This record gives sequence, structure tokens and C-alpha cells, in this order.
Amino acid sequence: MHIPTSNYKKRVALGVLFILLIVMVTSPLYAPRYTVILLTSIFMFIVLTVSWTVFSGPTGYVSLAPAAFFGVGVYASALLGFVFPLPVVILLGGISSSCLAVIVGALTLRLRGIYFVMFTFGLVELLLHFILWWEVNITGTTGRVVPTVGNTTVYYLMLGVLVIVILTAYLLNRSRYGLALQSIGECEEAAAHTGVHVTAMKISTFALSAFFMGAAGAIMATRWTYIDPRIAFNPVLSFLPVLMAIFGGTGQLYGPVIGAALFTYLEEFLITRFPYYYMLIFGFIMVFAILYLPEGLVGMIQKLWKRIGGAKHADS
Amino acid sequence: MIVTVLDILIAGLLMGGIYALIAVGLSLQYGVARVLNIAHGEFIMLGAFITWSLYTAFGIVPLVSLAISSPLVFTIGFILYKTLFTRLRISSPSVAMFEGKSMLACFGLLFMIQNIAILSWGAEIKGYSYLAFPVNILGAKFAANRLITLGFAVVFGSAFYLFLSRTRIGKAIRAAAQDAVAAGLMGINISWVLALCFGLGALMAGIGGTLISMSYQIQPTMGLEYTMIALIVLVVGGLGSIPGSFVGGFLLGLVGSIVTYVQPGLALVAYYVIFMLLLLAKPTGILGR
Repeated sequence: MHIPTSNYKKRVALGVLFILLIVMVTSPLYAPRYTVILLTSIFMFIVLTVSWTVFSGPTGYVSLAPAAFFGVGVYASALLGFVFPLPVVILLGGISSSCLAVIVGALTLRLRGIYFVMFTFGLVELLLHFILWWEVNITGTTGRVVPTVGNTTVYYLMLGVLVIVILTAYLLNRSRYGLALQSIGECEEAAAHTGVHVTAMKISTFALSAFFMGAAGAIMATRWTYIDPRIAFNPVLSFLPVLMAIFGGTGQLYGPVIGAALFTYLEEFLITRFPYYYMLIFGFIMVFAILYLPEGLVGMIQKLWKRIGGAKHADS
Repeated sequence: MIVTVLDILIAGLLMGGIYALIAVGLSLQYGVARVLNIAHGEFIMLGAFITWSLYTAFGIVPLVSLAISSPLVFTIGFILYKTLFTRLRISSPSVAMFEGKSMLACFGLLFMIQNIAILSWGAEIKGYSYLAFPVNILGAKFAANRLITLGFAVVFGSAFYLFLSRTRIGKAIRAAAQDAVAAGLMGINISWVLALCFGLGALMAGIGGTLISMSYQIQPTMGLEYTMIALIVLVVGGLGSIPGSFVGGFLLGLVGSIVTYVQPGLALVAYYVIFMLLLLAKPTGILGR
């Protein structure tokens, strides 16, 4: 748990956040189009990473299902986009992902460790190949067109979801629910004995995190204009949030945020600069980060902070 | 009718042999060395492409090129474990932590190996024709190379099983699988044994790749699909059981060929359905401990 040591620190943090928010809200007015599009991708990955951390961080259940929930959102957008207005579509995308999460959560409760990891990843591949088969054999088409909206609209929608996700994660961390989730991660049996309703807690948090992933998918689909199962259920979208969260460090809320932002920027930079070597460099950085940054960027920053500020100011 | 049934059965067995072989490799890497090697398929791809290069450039027959590609892939795996994974293992406070971290490191390796393969061989689909003449089995026709594939898969799998159960090194590997720390205290050079297991796992993948390249088309991005199939076979047969991997491999191969006959395109979906149902019903697998 993070215990605030002084009001001063808190005020500085709030000030920085406020300035950041103003910059983000106003940037479409003066920033180049490319920056707005890049920022939208960064927001999307922050949403995916933070919502992944909401469930998997405290409980220790490593879910590789983000691509499944994201893809359900994408498909909701493709199927309902011409029927309902966009905000309703986003909401419905999130709700359908949540429903899927409730079913999966209820089924996989007994699985721990590597089995849970594999089940959730199997879910992505199952949905991908089933929808692929369905589109080829039943509807006779692969791919769908999604109604598009402007880049700026996509940007603001994603920013809105981002703010809600971060607020939710922050409030959850500080509430009794957050504490209960952490106790589940440390010892499920003990948590159950101290009166935590383990099953309900796990399923509802899993569904909550899926909601945001689905919403992000529903928004992103409108930017892509054309989608098919391989785009919607891209397995890479399952791995990246996990990597980003670990790269940033899951101990603090800002860890996944920083991790996702830096990682997305890095990937974009490498793809545009070194289109033929980007996977090689990206993979190397990944291995390097796992070897030399065991507690993520945040852990490293905290270590540096301690060394600079001396032990008496170190509060974590 | 009988010919059709035979057709499906034999086609399933042929595919199952390869599935079993690559699953045994993964089983060794995860069951003993504790690395859930997501890059397993990349080693299959490497084996396949080395074989393809040797055959198209120098005319070296695939079964002979095994003698070149296998030691090469083994060495890559051995060195990777000795350097990267040993370091991770020593710095991780718990086995669970090591499993998580090593899996992520494998993702990095996957990207790197795939990129290197695309740079050196190009991204196109490749293939060659070797021993493709038909052989008649009870009225059903099969390409000779697929029968050889099955034969080799069974021979390598059994040889490996005997190696594990009959030799001194095999005993050390089994001891390390049960309890690495205790095995180390009994005088087994644990870091050597674990690296050996990882290398042997890569070797099995490489052999699998050579066999696959004989009868299927190959491309640098083919790895992940085979990794997933190996994972499914592993769970179906039971983690860490070599006979289990064979049972699981043949079972999956059979299911695949039956489903492909009824509804082509649904084979992968069927694999995942079996996988998920089995995870729910009996997570330890058919022959699991």
C-alpha cells in the first residue's frame, strides 16, 4: 500500500497530472495529425495495460485474454456501428466483453498458474479461428466495414476511456475491494477465511477489466475502417499489455502507464525507422529489460531516487 | 467407405507423429528446465529452413541434413539456457517468478529469431519436393515422405524415451525434474543438466522442423501455430509425461484429420475446444501425474 507522506508531494503530483491533462485535451488543436494518431495508440495501450493490471496485478492471475476482450469490442463496433450512435456502441462493446469475462471467469476459477494462462490464450485463438471459419463458410465474407469517425473524435473518446480507467484503478486500489483483491493474490484460502467473497471478487474484477478492453476495441475499430478476425483478435494484443505492465512495474499505478506509453512509442519509432530490423531490436530490448530491470522501470526509478535522496526520505 | 476411414485414420496418425515429437521437446523444456518456451515453434522453423537451404542449395537430402541441423539447433538452445536462462533462474526468488520471466524472455527470442529468419530467407512461403511418390496402404494412397516422417517421429520419440529411462544422464534429468535443488545436493551438475534439457528440447523441435519441411510448406511466421499445438498436446497428454505427449499427439492428429474431413477449416477450433474442455475437466491431462 502506498502511504502519502506529505501534502506537499501530493500537491505536486496533482499539479503535474492537471497540466498533463490540459496538454492532452488541447493537443489536437495544435499538434500535427501524426502526433494525434500516435497519442491515440498510446492511450489505447495504456487502457489495455492498466485494465490488465487491475485484475492481474493484485491477484497474480496472469491473463492472456486481452486480445479476446478487445476483439469482442471491435466486432461489436462492426456489427452495431450502423445501428446505434457511437457512445452506445462503445458501451455495448464493453458490456459484451464483460459478459464473456463473467462466463470465462466462472469456468476457470479452479485453474491456477500456467493453466489459467493457457486457457485465456486458448480463448483468443478459439474465437479467432471460429469467427474466421464462420465468416468463410456461413456468411461467405471475410472482413467487415466499420463506420468511421474523425481522428479527433477517436482521440477524445480514447482519452475519455483512459481517464475513467485510471480513476477506476486508483479508487479501486485505495478501497476495501483493492485490499481484498490483494489478499486473494497473497493467499486465497486465508482471504476466504477472513470473509472475502473470493469467487465474486475475482469474477467481478475480471469483468471490470474486460469492460475497458472491449470499450477500447470498439473505439479503435472506427479508426481502422476495415476489420477481419486476424486484426480484431490479434494475439500480439494479448502479450503486449503484459509486457508493458512488467516493463513499467506493477507495484504502482503509474508503472503500467509509463510502461505502456514508452513501449508504444518505442515500437512506433522502431517500425518507422528500422522497418526491417524492428522485431529484432524490439525483442532484444525485451530480453534486456527482463534481465536488467527485474522490478520494471518504476523499481529502477525508486532505487535511483533512494540513492539520490538518501535512505531517510525513502518511503516505499 | 472402409478406404475413407483408413484414409482419415492414417492421415491422423501421420500428423500425430509430428505433433508428438514437438510436444516431447516442449515437455522437456517446461517439465525439467521450467521454461514455457513460446519460441519453441521458432526452433521448428529454423530446423525447417536449414533443411530447405541445404536441399535447394547443395542438394543435401533432408534425412542427411538432420546430422547438420540437429547439432546446430541443439547448440543454440544449450547456449541460450547457459547464458540467458541460467542468469534469470539465479536472480529469480521463486520458481513461479522464473517461469513468468522466462516466458516473457521467450517472447523476445521469438521476435528476434523470426526477424533474423525473414532477413536471411525472405518472408515468402517455401517448399520443395522430396520422396513425394505415392505409396499404397490397403487401398489408401499416401506420399512416401509422410510415411518416413511418421517412422522417424516414432523412432526419435522412442529413442528419447529409452535415453531418459535407461541411461545415467536420463536419470539425472528425471531427478532434476522432480526437485532441482535436491538433485543438485546429490551431486548433479544442475545448471548443466537443465541446459542439456533445453538444448534437447530445441533439438526435438529442429528434427520436427526437418520432418515438417519434407511434406508441408514453410514460412518464417509458421512457428507460433506449432507452438500452440505443442502446448495443447502437452496439456492433453499431461505435463512432463513423454508417453502422454505421444498419446496426446496421436489423439490430436486423429481429431484433426476427422474434423478436416467433415468440415475443413475447423481443425484448429476443434483443437482448442478439446484443450479447453480438458483443462476444465482434468487439468493434469490424460496421463498426468
